[in-house]
Amino acid sequence: MKRAAFGHIGFPILLLLPQLAIIAIFFYWPAAYAVESSFYLQDPFGFGETFVGFDNYTRLTNSTNYINALNFTVVFTLLVTFFSLGIALLLAVKADKVIRGAKTYRTLLMWVYAIAPPVAGLIGVMLFDQSRGTITQVLASFGYDFRLGVNYWDTAAAMITVSVWKQIPVNFIFFLSGLQAIPRSVREAAMIDNRSGTSRFWDITFPLLAPTGFFLLIINITYSLFDTFGIVDTIVKGEPGNNPLTLVYRVYVDGFRGGDLGGSSAQSVVLMILVLILTIVQFRFLERRIHYT
Amino acid sequence: MAQVTLNKVRKVYPNGAEALEPSTFTIPDGELCVLVGPSGCGKSTMLRMVAGLEDVTEGEISIGDRVVNDIDPADRNIAMVFQNYALYPHMTVARNMGYGLKNRGMDKGQIAEKVREAAQMLNLTEFLDRKPSQLSGGQRQRVAMGRAIVREPDLFLFDEPLSNLDAKLRNQMRIEIRALQRRLGTTAMYVTHDQVEAMTMADRIIVLSNGHIEQIGTPAEIYSNPASTFVAAFMGAPPMNLLNAEAGQGRVTLPGGEIVPQAGVNGHAGAVTVGIRPEDVMPSPQGDLTFNVDIIEELGAQRLLHGQMAGQAFSVAVPKDQEAATGEMRLALKPGAVHLFDADEGRRLG
Amino acid sequence: MADITQTRVQATTRTTTRKRIRWDHIADHAILIAGALLMLVPVYMVFATSSWDPITIHREGMQFGFGDRLAENYDAALFEYGGFTDSVNGMTMLANSLILGLGFAIGKIIVGMMAAYAIVYFRLKFATLAFWMIFTTLLLPLEVRILPSYEVISWMNLGNTYTGLIVPLIASATATFFFRQFFRSVPEELIEAARIDGAGPVKFFIDILVPLSKTMIAAMFIIMFVFGWNQYLWPTLITTDESLFTLVRGIRQIVQSYADGSETPDYGQAAALAIIAMTPPVLIVVFFQSWFVKGLTESDK
Repeated sequence: MKRAAFGHIGFPILLLLPQLAIIAIFFYWPAAYAVESSFYLQDPFGFGETFVGFDNYTRLTNSTNYINALNFTVVFTLLVTFFSLGIALLLAVKADKVIRGAKTYRTLLMWVYAIAPPVAGLIGVMLFDQSRGTITQVLASFGYDFRLGVNYWDTAAAMITVSVWKQIPVNFIFFLSGLQAIPRSVREAAMIDNRSGTSRFWDITFPLLAPTGFFLLIINITYSLFDTFGIVDTIVKGEPGNNPLTLVYRVYVDGFRGGDLGGSSAQSVVLMILVLILTIVQFRFLERRIHYT
Repeated sequence: MAQVTLNKVRKVYPNGAEALEPSTFTIPDGELCVLVGPSGCGKSTMLRMVAGLEDVTEGEISIGDRVVNDIDPADRNIAMVFQNYALYPHMTVARNMGYGLKNRGMDKGQIAEKVREAAQMLNLTEFLDRKPSQLSGGQRQRVAMGRAIVREPDLFLFDEPLSNLDAKLRNQMRIEIRALQRRLGTTAMYVTHDQVEAMTMADRIIVLSNGHIEQIGTPAEIYSNPASTFVAAFMGAPPMNLLNAEAGQGRVTLPGGEIVPQAGVNGHAGAVTVGIRPEDVMPSPQGDLTFNVDIIEELGAQRLLHGQMAGQAFSVAVPKDQEAATGEMRLALKPGAVHLFDADEGRRLG
Repeated sequence: MADITQTRVQATTRTTTRKRIRWDHIADHAILIAGALLMLVPVYMVFATSSWDPITIHREGMQFGFGDRLAENYDAALFEYGGFTDSVNGMTMLANSLILGLGFAIGKIIVGMMAAYAIVYFRLKFATLAFWMIFTTLLLPLEVRILPSYEVISWMNLGNTYTGLIVPLIASATATFFFRQFFRSVPEELIEAARIDGAGPVKFFIDILVPLSKTMIAAMFIIMFVFGWNQYLWPTLITTDESLFTLVRGIRQIVQSYADGSETPDYGQAAALAIIAMTPPVLIVVFFQSWFVKGLTESDK
């Protein structure tokens, strides 16, 4: 709040009203509804519901489908986060270093940000198609029979590749801006103190990028968990079958395909708790974040 | 310890802008040489080339007997103190100071010893375990100094190291840096845009303007024999008065017809610029020059009278015990008060 | 002490012109070019493929070179009616995508700016409560509460409407948070000066704060437009009426026709539709790059 803030009462409430109304109807209500539904079991034919306590939750722990999705999500998140952060960091460090063509490189490395995940997924489907895919053909020439939608880990590999590809630009943009925020004189002081570029990177640049890196870590985990829905959906061509699925996709499949509102809601609640934990971790870190000024 | 030589060193940026015209000079071993000039004059470029942070377009830079053009900054055995200190924000004071030594492969005990010595010298001992963000501006400045000292370099480079400090601290640090440099006997190049800093700290001053050297000399030489109107106006506070005048028939005449005494014309004829320092004139009923006082500025130890002479802006500094009032007065010149410059190029005449 | 003189060293000393080959620079460029190709080539191939006839693509897969069906494929993708009800063509989807992108971006910016203005510039007792209520929404993406949100929309009979498509997406505080951060960085003296000049809350907002936020609004607009345009899950659920399909939603139909295998899908046309779906957001991001980057990197500080 500003020192000389306005004292009106009615006007600011009017200003807040649209925002509050929208979040009340489309956020709090659904969220509360999800929590509530997670304790009920719906009759598949639409005849009422019964309170079942934590049954929907215990059901999850016994569901192989759910446990598989959980395991896959962990692997998927780790790999996507690791590779997209790693590749983006490498590219950002190089793009920050070169003088000639810096702007062109920046554009070429970030524009994919604008491509929708399902469009990226479609490109993936075309490249990895079991019979016609370009990458499938390249792999075949090395003697590997890539079978998208048939072989579990082949499908997973395609999903991960596309998800990494789609996420590199965001990470690149943040890393580059993080690098550019490091004062030039600090780097120059390091040049006088240390001959080796590699060791300068690990001693000076990398620690100074740590706040950006941590922030991106959270962003990438969130991305892997939620924003990859479109990629997963297109790569499995809307057919869950025996394909690798992420937790969010299971929420959708069980809720909309399986008509299991209770189970799907319980999954939603689990995800909500997961996101809350991530956020708390992030805020805890941000609070302790050293302000380099 | 080493002398520094620049031989026809020139800097042209990729966009074609010439930041520094070919410049040649030597800084003898152990001297503190101040590069002074307004922003964009090329002083920082010069320093950064000596540091190796900027490529040399043409010419040679030597530190000691070694041409350093192609030598990595880390191998030039220099130390640099930056304007914003450039401390590593994630390292403690001790690690900041020891980082360069560690990279030279010095063993830990020895580093700790050197850091402790330097910290003692700079009154930083109690801060060794702090991060830069927990220090005041003056303390950060000291850490930056400490980082430079522990390296025992051949050459100190200072890039406007005091410009982020408040006035009081700046005066104090100025004296400390000067004393430290004398004690260590290390050659130093010091960049500043502040002429007071230049005058008070330097063994030699190099005045730069628009990418070329205007004058090289001791502070006294620069003050009493400025080589150009630029140097005359830039060095000295309040700045030297510069008046347009005509030379001819062995004398210099101001626009109103008054003749400037003491001016040796040396056969020069035509438009000239007359330079007179405010402190080189004094009110005197018998004086040769007419001065119209508009405003009186009280500075405590002295008074500044601002007004007009021959229709041009003019200032006079008088001691505090001298009475002064607005209106017309006569001025007399102290011996050697008149400097004469070519009106076109501003070069000193005679 | 020796004297400094401007020693005129004779021209015999060589003036070194350094033209060493910097291998590390070449390696840097090589890595960057590889990265740029990694980003470009897949999309280029989709573009090249969009110029071929379905038989060739069906036989040989994606193409590197260009065929002779470019105009036909894009014409068909844009103007040929398809879907189960033959009620949708590329132009309809393009229009719907535009409505979603614009509606979402504009709605979010207006709602967000208003709320942020109320929080930052007014002495409100429950400002903190409102703040936390709004910012909690940052925590839970729509995907997490997708099914109950769908139920709420059906209950309100908003399925297959633009309102049902756009408004629930606005129920997150990203724009509010962004503008709050920005308003807080606006100098305190500004409102003081404006109040001394007699500006009330409406005048201050319209005459001073909005013009001041121009760049921020532009940055937010780009990010939100792209975000809205690229929505997938929500439009998939909420629009069953094909005349409301967006381009990104249309991609799902393509993929499913891939999966069905019932008929040979028109791959060229599908590739063309993918290109059409990505072109507007890509152009916006590329042309307004500096705003977009600014918005993105400053929103999360």
